[in-house]
Amino acid sequence: MSAARHEYLLRLGDNALILSQRLGEWCGKGPALEEDMALTNVALDLLGQARLLLSLAAEAAGNGADEDSLAYHRDDREFRNVLLVEQPNGNYADTLARQFLFDAWSSLALRRLLTSSDAAIAAIAEKAVKEVSYHLRRSSDLMVRLGDGSERSHAMLQTAIDKVWPYSHELFIGDAVDAEMTAAGIGFDPASLQDEWLAYVREVFAEATLKLPAAGGWMPKGGKQGLHSEHLSKLLAEMQVLQRSHPGASW
Amino acid sequence: MHAQNNVGMADTGSPSASSLDEREARFQSRIDDGIRVEPQDWMPDRYRKTLIRQISQHAHSEIVGQLPEGNWITRAPSLKRKAILLAKVQDEAGHGLYLYSAAETLGITRDQMVDDLHTGKAKYSSIFNYPTLTWADVGAIGWLVDGSAIMNQIPLCRCSYGPYARAMIRVCKEEAFHMRQGYDIMLALCAGTPGQKAMAQDALNRWWWPSLMMFGPPDGDSVHSAQSQAWKIKLFTNDELRQKMVDQTVPQAEHLGLVVPDPQVKWNAERGHYDYGDIDWEEFYNVVKGNGPCNRERLEVRNKAWTDGEWFRDALVAHADKQAQLATAQAA
Repeated sequence: MSAARHEYLLRLGDNALILSQRLGEWCGKGPALEEDMALTNVALDLLGQARLLLSLAAEAAGNGADEDSLAYHRDDREFRNVLLVEQPNGNYADTLARQFLFDAWSSLALRRLLTSSDAAIAAIAEKAVKEVSYHLRRSSDLMVRLGDGSERSHAMLQTAIDKVWPYSHELFIGDAVDAEMTAAGIGFDPASLQDEWLAYVREVFAEATLKLPAAGGWMPKGGKQGLHSEHLSKLLAEMQVLQRSHPGASW
Repeated sequence: MHAQNNVGMADTGSPSASSLDEREARFQSRIDDGIRVEPQDWMPDRYRKTLIRQISQHAHSEIVGQLPEGNWITRAPSLKRKAILLAKVQDEAGHGLYLYSAAETLGITRDQMVDDLHTGKAKYSSIFNYPTLTWADVGAIGWLVDGSAIMNQIPLCRCSYGPYARAMIRVCKEEAFHMRQGYDIMLALCAGTPGQKAMAQDALNRWWWPSLMMFGPPDGDSVHSAQSQAWKIKLFTNDELRQKMVDQTVPQAEHLGLVVPDPQVKWNAERGHYDYGDIDWEEFYNVVKGNGPCNRERLEVRNKAWTDGEWFRDALVAHADKQAQLATAQAA
């Protein structure tokens, strides 16, 4: 079970870390000062969650690993985040669409983890769920205001949603690790979140006058098992450059 | 608030020269008595304009200053350093926001100020036109640039204009933390590998002189100084503040085991200060004029962010208009 728990923590931690890294790329370049601050704030919250989750994973591994060795010294095939969070920022509509789909999922996932039989995971979820509830309120609000804003913003947001939508499927596909964690009362069955997630997304889209993309079609997956898109290794090359070029140094 | 309509006009109405003189004399005596000027108070047009220039330049510096440091957020060498840097850069954006708000109390809009920045009409601190080439530059900016900024800004917590003084209190608290984080980065580098220590020395070499230039031209050449001092929106001269910075920083560099890149730096027991060498003012004026290493790039990035974000800002307005129309229709 400890191997599955380790894997499970990496999945949760890597989701937060990689999305935070993407949001950090926006720093100083947002469409309004308030957005710059809000997006940095979300990045900071996610980074905090990643640090707690990766530290917990490292602690259990007990091989001298820590949050930094996990963040900076794994290759892309060893990362366990979903494909959604590693997708490039694109324009602000693309970033927002990605964020909204993730926030809606994360808020449900963390709520499930509140009752995890693993006390350490439940404690992290308790802290994180407060932050993510705010992230979701913010991204939902912006979906509505931009979806039902100008003709241009509506079109941009619809294009962004259509583009990122296929990556949402992976959030709800379980595997043996999920099954083991669910059986142990530590985690949840990913598929069990889908109806509630879709109902919420539908509600926000309706208010935002956005169309829900058609079901079916291309559904990329594999991030959770370490099979990523081409984007991740480039993201890691940037993130890990100092640790890799100064082996053994402390910062 | 009536004060918002006064910019660019010859104060209120067309008072005779003598009544204007009387008003100015009363205004000055209130300042001399240490009474704060608030937005609704009468103030000379030149006081208003000088403050708008000063506060908006400060705000622009915070905003442009996000860029050289933001450059290292994605490459911060540990998750802890990354979190601290994210929080710091977010603080800078916050400073920009409330400084713009403070300037708005003087009757200029944020859009106008931002436009002045983007067209190059308004200036920002020329220090941000230098590049951040290594991680040590993030440390050097916190230690030296934020250090100089604090030196400049602490007296401003007591300046005569209320909204500016109050904004400065919060800004200074956060800047003190920023300076400590910068010095902490330098401490870690100087206790690290030879490569890290060399990185720290290189950063000090490149940031030392520009940091001293941050205080502005020597007192003899400073155009705005005398009047600003009388108005208590400048409480120490450029050279006084620069000397304080040198006195504070030289021992800190020694503690790090780094060498200040000025062979003339030497303790002068008679003066009770460190002596230091001549500053290359030609370089300073050249960077102010727009010819620093990163002037063009910084403005390009800000302009691009603004242009790329136009659809976003317009959409929020369009949505608010729709909601307002809806509310009116429902009320009817």
